[in-house]
Amino acid sequence: MSRLPAGREKFTRRTAAPVTQATDGERYVAIVATSTLPASQQAVRSSIGLKLLMAGSGLIFVGYVLLHAYGNLMVLGGADTFNNYAHHLRTFGQPMLPYGGLLWIVRVVLLASLVLHAYSAFTLWGRANGARSTKYAVKKNVAASLSSRTMRFGGVALLLFVIFHILHLTTHTITPQGKQPTPYDNVVNSFDKWWLVLIYALAVIALAFHLTHGVWSASQTLGLTNTATSRARAKIAGHFVGALVATAFLIPPLAILFGIVD
Amino acid sequence: MNLTLKIWRQDGPKARGELVTYQVADISPDMSFLEMLDVLNERLNAEGKEPVAFDSDCREGICGMCGLMISGEAHGPEKTTTCQLHMRSFKDGETITIEPWRADAFPIIRDLVVDRSAFDRIIQAGGFISVNTGSAPDAEAILVPKPNADRAFVAAECIGCGACVAACPNASGMLFMGAKVTHLGELPQGQPERAMRVQAMVATHDGAGFGGCTNIGECSHACPKGIPLDVISTLNADLRKAKSGRF
Ligand code: HEM
Ligand code: SF4
Ligand code: FES
Repeated sequence: MSRLPAGREKFTRRTAAPVTQATDGERYVAIVATSTLPASQQAVRSSIGLKLLMAGSGLIFVGYVLLHAYGNLMVLGGADTFNNYAHHLRTFGQPMLPYGGLLWIVRVVLLASLVLHAYSAFTLWGRANGARSTKYAVKKNVAASLSSRTMRFGGVALLLFVIFHILHLTTHTITPQGKQPTPYDNVVNSFDKWWLVLIYALAVIALAFHLTHGVWSASQTLGLTNTATSRARAKIAGHFVGALVATAFLIPPLAILFGIVD
Repeated sequence: MNLTLKIWRQDGPKARGELVTYQVADISPDMSFLEMLDVLNERLNAEGKEPVAFDSDCREGICGMCGLMISGEAHGPEKTTTCQLHMRSFKDGETITIEPWRADAFPIIRDLVVDRSAFDRIIQAGGFISVNTGSAPDAEAILVPKPNADRAFVAAECIGCGACVAACPNASGMLFMGAKVTHLGELPQGQPERAMRVQAMVATHDGAGFGGCTNIGECSHACPKGIPLDVISTLNADLRKAKSGRF
């Protein structure tokens, strides 16, 4: 119990009182032990509340990576297509939005999602460690998929990659490609280097694993899989989204590396 | 059959435990796993040694009292309780590691016996329906649609053994809790307290030190009653609806 995060002890003290029943005029009321349950603030801290935060923020990521992967495919159209696309992203919504307005909205939403996602992941990770402080001498994983068992370390790998990726292609702080005049040149002169393609490919594979379990897990967390059929569908959806995102993200770097696009 | 057993021995809740190796000979393949341990204990008694403490009651797979981690699998390699597991599921000469359920919410009392009263506290918090005392209501006074009744029965099969917690990498009690929430939530009698039930049970579960579910599925695989993972989905949906006042 000493391993519980601060603030959780208060749950332990709430024990059930005997069930009593009362009559309220004509209406019959059952007063149960738990009618004084504290306010909804605790939903966020409950394990399921944290999982809901993780699922919600995770689904925002899923929507984003699908759009991002689609956008990257514009590289296949050549320099003009890709540069126009990059420019259009910034003028999107003008004059209602300022130049680059949409990008900033997306960035703020993604950053907030990342904070919530990582917060709930690390909180639940800590609780899970505290829930079994003595490990088994022998423990078999008989039902767990590889993707389900790599969510935590895979997630950390993704976090590190996201930081690298922003420093590389957003802020141009890390520039193995040198200083380039256009977005297209930045991309093409990056992915002609095998080791950069390797880093991105590994990250994309990690992402595919994370999404394979994540999509199914989010459906379950949101309570959408109450039958065997819907459970099977959610698992298929996870595999589909994982494979789709991986394929779409891998095509541009590989096409550049092998000189199909240059 | 001749077997090598590595059994967790621990004198008391605070004592340091360790795996101790024992040899057992001439075990019949038709014995249950617990009968095999009885044979070992008779010998230990005869030798004036302390027998291995383990839990059991009905020995027919219905009470949920027994439960051992057998070579890394809760209740061993078959989909059944430890008391209904037969020695024919093992090979002659095999080494079997026997450990107690490991979860901080299930503290060890002695050897292989753990204290599962955290499950009782979850039930006390909300795993009930309130009824008037007095004459029993007519059993068929309230109609229950067949699909709901079927699902309630599947969930009601849970015997509270704790194998789900033992098998879960997060030591989460959500399969157990989901079984109770689904069992009562599918029935008309469970509706009045439905919103309160799930909130109180989840709060008690978390407070007892169980971990959160990551939908890995080890629980359902280990469950001797085959409680399906979809009860956790129902649990999650009930909590979400209760918190947003949509019941
Ligand atoms: C900060 C880095 C990240 C960490 C530490 C992390 C960790 C986790 C963990 C531990 C889970 C729960 C796993 C489970 O339920 O078994 C999860 C779920 C999920 N993650 Fe991540 N993740 C990260 C980044 C991402 C990214 C970049 C995406 C998408 C592009 C993503 C999408 C998802 C989705 C959709 C879920 C399912 C939500 C659920 O389990 O209900 N995550 N993540
Ligand atoms: S859900 Fe299955 S494994 Fe868990 S306590 Fe109930 S019967 Fe045992
Ligand atoms: S002793 Fe009752 S279920 Fe095993």
